[in-house]
Amino acid sequence: MSASMQAIADQKYKYGFTTDIEMEEFPLGLSEDIVRRISAKKSEPAWMLEWRLKAYRLWLTMEEPDWANVKHPPINYQELYYYAAPAKEQPKSLDDVDPELLRTYEKLGIPLNERAALAGVAVDAVFDSVSVATTFRDTLSKSGVIFCPISEAVREHPELVKKYLGSVVPVRDNYFAALNSAVFSDGSFVFIPKGVRCPMELSTYFRINARNTGQFERTLIIADDGASVSYLEGCTAPMRDENQLHAAVVELVAMDDAKIKYSTVQNWYPGDADGKGGIYNFVTKRGACRGKNSKISWTQVETGSAITWKYPSCVLQGDGSVGEFYSVAVTNHHQQADTGTKMIHLGKNTTSTIISKGISAGKSDNTYRGLVKILASASGARNFTQCDSLLIGNECGAHTVPYIESRNSSAKLEHEATTSKIDEDQLFYCRSRGLSEEDAVGMIVNGFCKDVLKELPMEFAVEAQKLLAVSLEGSVG
Amino acid sequence: MLEIKNLHARIGEKEILKGINLTVPDGEIHAIMGPNGAGKSTLSYVLSGRDGYEVTEGEVIYDGQDILALAPEDRAAAGLFLAFQYPVELPGVGNANFMRTAVNAVRRKRGEAELDAVAFLKLARAAVKNLSMKEDFLKRNVNVGFSGGEKKRNEMLQMALLQPGLAILDETDSGLDIDALKIVAEGVNALRSEKFSALVITHYQRLLDYIVPDMVHVLSGGRIVRSGPASLALELEAHGYAGLEAA
Repeated sequence: MSASMQAIADQKYKYGFTTDIEMEEFPLGLSEDIVRRISAKKSEPAWMLEWRLKAYRLWLTMEEPDWANVKHPPINYQELYYYAAPAKEQPKSLDDVDPELLRTYEKLGIPLNERAALAGVAVDAVFDSVSVATTFRDTLSKSGVIFCPISEAVREHPELVKKYLGSVVPVRDNYFAALNSAVFSDGSFVFIPKGVRCPMELSTYFRINARNTGQFERTLIIADDGASVSYLEGCTAPMRDENQLHAAVVELVAMDDAKIKYSTVQNWYPGDADGKGGIYNFVTKRGACRGKNSKISWTQVETGSAITWKYPSCVLQGDGSVGEFYSVAVTNHHQQADTGTKMIHLGKNTTSTIISKGISAGKSDNTYRGLVKILASASGARNFTQCDSLLIGNECGAHTVPYIESRNSSAKLEHEATTSKIDEDQLFYCRSRGLSEEDAVGMIVNGFCKDVLKELPMEFAVEAQKLLAVSLEGSVG
Repeated sequence: MLEIKNLHARIGEKEILKGINLTVPDGEIHAIMGPNGAGKSTLSYVLSGRDGYEVTEGEVIYDGQDILALAPEDRAAAGLFLAFQYPVELPGVGNANFMRTAVNAVRRKRGEAELDAVAFLKLARAAVKNLSMKEDFLKRNVNVGFSGGEKKRNEMLQMALLQPGLAILDETDSGLDIDALKIVAEGVNALRSEKFSALVITHYQRLLDYIVPDMVHVLSGGRIVRSGPASLALELEAHGYAGLEAA
């Protein structure tokens, strides 16, 4: 590769730098001893360790799922590090955070200094296996909102964690969920008390830095009766030649009349143009609408990762509850994505909406996989699904795999699907008006995704639009 | 000034343009007429730089610059505008957003200051009014769900906003009723000035009732076979294209 080509390739993923900082790592591989060490490192109570050990033993009996439309060499779970954290002692306040870490987040566009921070957004910054800073905690605690690293919640709010952890995604749910339950090291915990509208956007910024390290974060968000919260997560990682595993679990619980809006801008390192390196993003996300008239809304913009395997889902238990899934998944070069959602209707008059936009370019493969399940109890349930695929070039693939099961004859289900290509006519039309080819692709793709992007919090919609354009650079011509 | 000299172009192995010579001085409007398959659309695509057309010989000089080496977007910045025979739909892309992006891309390349949203909207609203269009035109997605007439009007709106030095209208009149035809003509006539010239490509004479050309050229078999004043169009209307090849 010539120097200028290299420059272009580097520029495409601008978060590919590494932070040079002294790290503490546990020995390579996974064993009961590692699980115990993680638990001890976090000063966890005995019940938490027991929970982890049970998960670990269960995991040993399980097999990696192979039904997704993705290909990768077998993962050697003994060649990963399961814990890596900055060696310095956990900072007590923002002022004590290592300046090198502050600079890292600054470079990522996430200033942790509260004065410089994005107005109205509180951030939990997770670096490899630990949370290094959480902003605006005091402001939030005034309204009774708990926003802290989950490792801290285990110690400080054990009654809440015990009650809800694993209640939406059980340990035995799937292979990666079991693995996460055994070795999760950090993530965010959010509790919004009864009747409280969270006064700020909450967000967690995940950064993988260490080599050969898996990141296993765990997020738990509870909105009590009448509470509401909007939460956003962002993810980046350095450019490395080897693949890295990210296996997260996110659980949401919405009680009566509660609303949770969960947005993701996923930009893990996707690997290079030849498919070398990149993150394996194997994630289980699920929300339970436990209360009546509760609502959970997932919005995701997935542009990164070598492989994405992820189905943010809603279990609609409460009568009149609402589940939404808005997704943009972009794959370029050799990326593979198998993503979608599950909407499980249990309560009466429950409603779900699925809008999925898949964009494939280069030699990539992009699959939408979704399940809409109406149980016998869910009279009056409704679902609307729309899956659109956009192809750029002739070497990529788009697949749509919708499953629909209905056991209640009063349910109404609609499904629409389209596949289209960015055609020469559109590109030439834009260029004849003065737009560069890349701006033209960006504009057409953003237009295609508009129904999803408008669901993102405003601050991030702009960022997401830019990200889409960058992800597709070099995909035409 | 546009000068086309001995222009040959082909698609694949098939030669479509076989040596076109044509000069359009600034301030003039020239019509190009000719039977189906004469190479009219090919000429407009070659001039605006569409992929898939290979120029094998000749040159196209606009404002002293050989434009054949330029990308389509750079030709737009140089002042060329192509009004499409079949304007393309861009789902999800708002008309105002599209046009502002285009106008600013062109302004940037011309070394002019970009327009902010407020300044652009003011300009766009005035242009919309001039073309007797409803203001919601700007909010709709580019050409999506537009009637044939609305699409052509949208082309005229884009032309008005981009302020080209040379407009190429590729059978912009096809499929239009008389009212829409008049609006297209008004769009072109409104731009008439010493610095504006246009190539109006059309199969029928009727558009030329409203846009009166300085010259009419007949394109047939990939060559200009006849040129003359505006009255030539009427002659063609009366006698058809038959026999011109030999002339």
